[in-house]
Amino acid sequence: MDSQTIHYLTIHEAHDLLRRREVSARELMEATLTRVSETEERVRSYVSLTEELALRQADEADRRLTNGDNFSPLTGVPGAIKDVICTDGFRTTCSSRMLENFVPPYNAHVMEQLLSAGLVMVGKTNMDEFAMGSSTENSAFFPTHNPWDLDRVPGGSSGGSAAAVAAGEAVYALGSDTGGSIRQPAALCGIVGLKPTYGRVSRYGLVAFASSLDQIGPMTRDVTDAALVLNAIAGHDPRDSTSAPIETPDFTAGLTGDIKGLRLGVPKEYFVEGMDANVRRTVETAVRKLEELGATVDWDVSLPSTPHALACYYIIAPSEASANLARYDGVKYGFSYQEGEGMWDNMEKTRQFGFGDEVKRRIMLGTYALSAGYYDAYYLKAQKVRTLIRREFDAAFERYDALVTAVTPTTAFKLGEKTQDPLQMYLSDVCTIPVNIAGLPAISLPCGFVDGLPVGLQVIGKPFDEATVLRVAHAYEQATDWHTARPSL
Amino acid sequence: MPLSKEEVEHIGRLARVGLTDEDIARFQEQLSDILEYFEALSEVNTDDVPPTTQSLQLQNVEREDVPKPSYPKEQVLANAPQQEDGYFRVRAVLE
Repeated sequence: MDSQTIHYLTIHEAHDLLRRREVSARELMEATLTRVSETEERVRSYVSLTEELALRQADEADRRLTNGDNFSPLTGVPGAIKDVICTDGFRTTCSSRMLENFVPPYNAHVMEQLLSAGLVMVGKTNMDEFAMGSSTENSAFFPTHNPWDLDRVPGGSSGGSAAAVAAGEAVYALGSDTGGSIRQPAALCGIVGLKPTYGRVSRYGLVAFASSLDQIGPMTRDVTDAALVLNAIAGHDPRDSTSAPIETPDFTAGLTGDIKGLRLGVPKEYFVEGMDANVRRTVETAVRKLEELGATVDWDVSLPSTPHALACYYIIAPSEASANLARYDGVKYGFSYQEGEGMWDNMEKTRQFGFGDEVKRRIMLGTYALSAGYYDAYYLKAQKVRTLIRREFDAAFERYDALVTAVTPTTAFKLGEKTQDPLQMYLSDVCTIPVNIAGLPAISLPCGFVDGLPVGLQVIGKPFDEATVLRVAHAYEQATDWHTARPSL
Repeated sequence: MPLSKEEVEHIGRLARVGLTDEDIARFQEQLSDILEYFEALSEVNTDDVPPTTQSLQLQNVEREDVPKPSYPKEQVLANAPQQEDGYFRVRAVLE
C-alpha cells in the first residue's frame, strides 16, 4: 500500500488491512494527517483538527486490533465529524461566531456510538452556519472549496464533511441533513451520502436547527461504507423522544448486487424546470443502468405536490429554527455582548454580532410565519401541505420499492454565484427537500460527470427501509466505477 | 405580498436580531421575494387535510421518573459568559 492511495481507502478496505495488521491505525492516521497537510490549505474542510486525540485513539485502536477482541469495522479508521455534533471536551462551533468557543460538556449519542466502535477523529468539519445553507459559504469562518474544482462550492450544509471525504482527508464523515445537507454536498463532491429515516438515528447532542426534519447520517466513499457507519450510529435512544423504538438490522446484509424484479419509479416532477440538460441525461442513463440490472422502472410516476415542497420547507424549517435558536441569549453559553445599556440591549447585540445574515433571515422568516395573524396562512398551511406530500409518497410506495431521481438540478456552482440571492440558493435543494418533509430515507451516490464535475443519483425509500435504498445503490455501484474516481489535488 | 420597512423592523424586534438600517433595507427586499414565493401554497387545496408536525407520529413518549444526577455545576457553568457564586450572572432584568 503506497502513500498515494492509503488515504483513499474505503472503511472496509482499511478494516481488512487493519485486521490482518498489514497497516496500523497509527500509520493510517499519520497518512491522513499528511494528506490533510498537503490539501487543507486549498480545500479547507476542517474548522478544528484533533490530531493529538486522533493519534491517542489510533494507538488504542491498535491495541484492540492486536488483542483481537472488541473491535468493529470502524475501529482505527479515521473519520471526520460535522461541527454541529457535540464532542465532549472539544469545541463545537456550528461554524458560528455564536459558538466559536463553545466546548460541550457531553457527547452526542452518535459520538458515544462511534467512540465505542473505535472512532479515530481527524477533526470537526466546516458547514453553513447552524446548518443553514447549500454551499458552506455561510460559515462564519471561511468557505470550503470543492476538491474537483477549487473555484466551486462543495455544496452544503455538510460541505466540509463532503470535501474531506472527497479530498482523502478522512475515510468517512458524519453529516446532518435537514433539507438535503448530506445528499446535496455528497452529490457535488462525488461521494455517497445517506440521510436515514427520521427517527432512525438519535438527535441527542445534535445542535438543533429544525427538529422535525434534522437527521444525522454517513458520508462515505462507497455504499458498503455507508451501511457500516449506519450500523454503528442507528438505534433507539431514550434521550431523543423522536428516536424510533425499533430494531436496527445489519444494513450490509442486503448488499447482494441483485435487484432483479425490484420496482422502481421515476417521479417526473423531480426533473425540474431549469435542470441542466446534461445532469438530466446523466441521471436518466443511470436509471437505465438499473433497468439493465433487472429492476422494473416506471418512468411516468407523478407526485403532484412536489413543486410545493420547497415553500413548505422554507416555512417549516425557519419556524422551528426561530424557536430553537431563541436559546442563544448570551447568558448560559456562547458569544455574549456585555457592553450594552441593559439586559435587553445585551441580548439583542449578542444575536446581532453572533449570528450571520442567513441565520438572521431564517429566524425572521420563522418569527413572521409563526406570528399572530400569519400562523394559519403560513405555518399551519405548510403543515397541511406536508401531509399531502407524505400521502403521495405513501401511495407511490404501494406500487414501487424505491424512487429514483436527481439529487441536484446542476453540478457544483461557483463560489459567490448565489450568495446575493437567497431564493436561488434555496432552489438548489429542490430535489432533496421533499424527502425530509416526509421523513424518508434517501441516498446520493455518484452516477457520472458533467464537464469534470460529479453528478449524484438519489434513491428514496419507504420509512425505515434503508435496506432497499442501500441495495439499489450498491447494485448500481457494483456495475459502474464512478465511485472510484478521485479529484486531482 | 411585499413587507414594509416597519414590518421588517417589527419582526427584527420580536426576534431580537439587532438590525441596522442597511440590514432592514436588504432583508425587506429578500424576505419579500421569499414570501412572494410562498404565495404558491395558497393555491393548494388543504380542506379537511390534517397538519403533520413530524413524520414519525409517535405521541406522548414517556419514561420512568427515576432521579438521576445532573452534570456537575462546574461543568455546566464552564461555558457561562459570566458567573458568580455558582450562578449564571445576568444584568438586572427589572431596573
